[in-house]
Amino acid sequence: MTINIPTFCLSSIGPWLTLTVTAIVVLLLDALSPKGRKAYFPQLSLLGLAVAAVQTVRLWGRTGDDFARMVYLDNFAFFFYLVLILGAALTVLISRQYLEDYGKNLGEYYALILFATLGMMLMVAGAHLIMIFLGLEIMSIAIYVLAGLFREDLRSNEAAIKYLVLGAFSSAFLLFGMAMLYGASGGTLYLNDLAHRLVETAALTKPLTLLGLALLLVGFGFKVASVPFHMWTPDVYEGAPTSVTAFMAVGVKAAAFAAFARIMFLVFPAFLPQWNMLLWVLAVATMTLGNVVAIAQSNIKRMLAYSSIAHAGYLLVGLIAANQLGGVSLLYYLLAYTLMNVGAFGVVILVGRKKDSYLNINDYAGLGAQHPALAAAMAIFMFALAGMPGTVGFIGKFYIFSAAIQAGYLWLVLIGVMNSLISVFYYLRITVIMYMRPAEADLGAIAFTPSMNAALVLTAAATIWFGIFPGLIYNLALNSMKAFPGL
Amino acid sequence: MQTLFYILAGTALVAGALVVFQTHPLRSALWLIVNFFAVAGIYLLASAEFIAAIQIIVYAGAIMVLFLFVIMLLNLRQPEEPMPMSALGSRILAVTLAVTTGFLVMFGLKQAVIIPARTGPPGLGNTESVARLLFTDYLLPFEVTSVLLLVAIVGAVILSKSRLK
Repeated sequence: MTINIPTFCLSSIGPWLTLTVTAIVVLLLDALSPKGRKAYFPQLSLLGLAVAAVQTVRLWGRTGDDFARMVYLDNFAFFFYLVLILGAALTVLISRQYLEDYGKNLGEYYALILFATLGMMLMVAGAHLIMIFLGLEIMSIAIYVLAGLFREDLRSNEAAIKYLVLGAFSSAFLLFGMAMLYGASGGTLYLNDLAHRLVETAALTKPLTLLGLALLLVGFGFKVASVPFHMWTPDVYEGAPTSVTAFMAVGVKAAAFAAFARIMFLVFPAFLPQWNMLLWVLAVATMTLGNVVAIAQSNIKRMLAYSSIAHAGYLLVGLIAANQLGGVSLLYYLLAYTLMNVGAFGVVILVGRKKDSYLNINDYAGLGAQHPALAAAMAIFMFALAGMPGTVGFIGKFYIFSAAIQAGYLWLVLIGVMNSLISVFYYLRITVIMYMRPAEADLGAIAFTPSMNAALVLTAAATIWFGIFPGLIYNLALNSMKAFPGL
Repeated sequence: MQTLFYILAGTALVAGALVVFQTHPLRSALWLIVNFFAVAGIYLLASAEFIAAIQIIVYAGAIMVLFLFVIMLLNLRQPEEPMPMSALGSRILAVTLAVTTGFLVMFGLKQAVIIPARTGPPGLGNTESVARLLFTDYLLPFEVTSVLLLVAIVGAVILSKSRLK
């Protein structure tokens, strides 16, 4: 018998190949190199990520699909490639010294970061539900392991186990939902086909479609940490190594939202009234719970975990709007969130010093006087997360809420703005503690490293720059949303 | 055909429930084998011979042997005292939620009319046609699966290696 392998073009998945090869090279070098000579993994990973970024830029503007309709080639995917590569590169930059303190500067760490990034890319470009699921699993398994990297630390173990067990559960929901859609559509999992097949068969199988839709919502709701699937977030964020927490907060959220948005915009436009109402409730609950509970936190990592839940709520608002500006705001905000959140976690690593000894928010007292530059950076990130004008956080929220107004969700916007006001309290509290309260003792030296400085300067500068001049990102995002002509 | 399906599905469900409710891990593992065989039977009914064979060889064979080894190596015994019961309120809530969800799912499925699957070409589901699909339409997912396995292996090593350099 003969098998006709469909034609494909390897360059259309060039960034994936680069990341895979880099990760394997890191693993091999780790196994082959003698002890004590392992300093170059971060550089190698950064090189791989840079090459992947260049390849993505060269792909920019391509349209269509490849590999027998398994991968979308569109600017929506490429925009997210860049966001994910940026998130991974910043994570690599802030990791090194922190891992060395724990004696865990392993090649496997960098390899797993690269593999997780690959999984995220699969999710954002997958044109078939199986591809999205495989990407989700590659990402999740790598992150379960990374969360448990500090094996001697009980909280790290707890984080890994909790995330693994609940994550496996949510993956099962997602798969079950996909199976329902397969049945409802009469046997297809291609996103393009699903859209019209589900409409054609709606008279017969609408309940089945809605069931599948609800199960997909559970699966993605878990990954983006939306209420009521958020229970794991604070414990996992607190227990996981801080650099991994940063990666988890920005990368997983961006990839899950990208896949979520693509499925919602592409497959379910005909079922808009149904999922919009559901997501409306989820968004309000997510924003409110995240912001209110964050006020009560005294551990900075837990506070940022609840802040991450709250941000998932804002992002859901962009999804609910389901118009072009809503999509643009989603893209813009996920990039903004990557910048400000990795920056904030970088400061947390620096202030935590040797082995996360100082994670209480009161440990930030006196930082403004003793380390003014670090305090200024943290203040910028806090202002940005709170959504103060002049930062990316403000522009992002502005786009999100304008999109929702445009789509007629006045109450949702009111609730969102009120939530933003609540959030100002706990973000500004950090700033107040840093500048207004004297340190109880000398803070001592903080181990600045060139790579960490580079990451903080880059994120802080970009947070301000794109907050004042958002045009470039806005245009890129607008260009990316052309992938969804129906919006 | 339909009776056979209901018998197999019932067996799978009962065995699955027994896996959860056994106190001794070894018995759970043995009930899991029953479950695997019942599910393999359902695959056969759906004329997916390849998947059925894989289910028995890989799951009921290889993976179960691993399970049993781990259970015996860890020397898990029946717990001396019953597990501490969680608060009554949360148990009632859990059961209520589970039952409600079950009813909702059933309600949804009852409402839907399942479109009869279009009959595929003869031999659909046997090894040849699965292989053909894996090397044509599903080439990319097939290759990507290898990355998934690699990640899992690296993760297992890094979490279990006795001494990290």
